[in-house]
Amino acid sequence: MIEKESHVLVVFPHPDDEAFGVSGTIASHIKSGTGVTYACLTLGQMGRNLGNPPFATRESLPEIRKKELKAAANAMGLTDLRMMGLRDKTVEFEDDEKMVEMMQSLITETNPSLVITFYPDYCVHPDHEATARAVVRAVHRMDESTRPKLHCVAFANNTGEGLGEPDVINDVKEVMDIKLNAMRAHISQTAWILEDLEKRLGENDPEAIQWVTQERFFKYRFDQGYE
Amino acid sequence: MEPVKIEAVQELINRFANKEVYIHLETTNGSYASHFDEKFFNAGAFIRNAKVEYELGKIIGDPPSRVGLKLGSLGWIYAQGITHYELDDHGRLLMAGHDHQGKLAVSLQISETPFE
Ligand SMILES: [Zn+2]
Repeated sequence: MIEKESHVLVVFPHPDDEAFGVSGTIASHIKSGTGVTYACLTLGQMGRNLGNPPFATRESLPEIRKKELKAAANAMGLTDLRMMGLRDKTVEFEDDEKMVEMMQSLITETNPSLVITFYPDYCVHPDHEATARAVVRAVHRMDESTRPKLHCVAFANNTGEGLGEPDVINDVKEVMDIKLNAMRAHISQTAWILEDLEKRLGENDPEAIQWVTQERFFKYRFDQGYE
Repeated sequence: MEPVKIEAVQELINRFANKEVYIHLETTNGSYASHFDEKFFNAGAFIRNAKVEYELGKIIGDPPSRVGLKLGSLGWIYAQGITHYELDDHGRLLMAGHDHQGKLAVSLQISETPFE
């Protein structure tokens, strides 16, 4: 059973980050009547899947991914989608304080009881890391009594060694179809992964089933830096 | 985009010579290369909207081809691994190299107006 929230704020840098990790959780909250805001920092302009023969160019990809992001939001029933206008692969080079301010204003405006992002140092892509740091800093600087919960997605190869087992495992079986549809919405970047996933689901591969029925989060441990 | 045809691309490169142009140049293995293979040394580079003027531009070699732009006596720009090209509806010359899985590995783009 997913804990009931008053509002959920999700912050990721790339269209499709939400689909793989948390679209079941988003859909569950929306189904139970909780408002969800998704702030997506970039349009994934630097995505590498352009096909061979190519179906898109460097310059046409952002428009495609913007449409896919909106389609994924639709699939999840999400109406408050914010596109924050940064550029893929440059997030870590933005001014750190400006990034914290962006997160602070999102939090102030949406007043979430739960914030979802990546877990700093355990999320692989430099944009993920920079996003996670900014969110953690913004939440950390709040008075402890007013802080929202902070649930983080971690998938680096050393996650188990560093963080142990996830603190929160959401069962999203009921909204599995929505999750698959959210992933399908990002078809330009997910075609290969989905083909493999659907094949494995057809074979009842336990790992694949777990992937689409469970979403795992670590509660951020505020003694780990990033003030 | 379509597969590189040397004469056609050469003709397009010539059109942008001797005028101020904006360059997008990028090489990449993707940000996940070292995640999937921890021994992989991940390197890449990216420039967007560098304003230059080249006096001579060439495309050479059966695709994947090499493209070099000579910036007068000032310097050079080159890219290798170019497989596809397109003159897009904004009149920009987009060249790119896509690997066997359809992933972009290199791109070199030339435009008379800044890229977005
Ligand atoms: Zn991402």
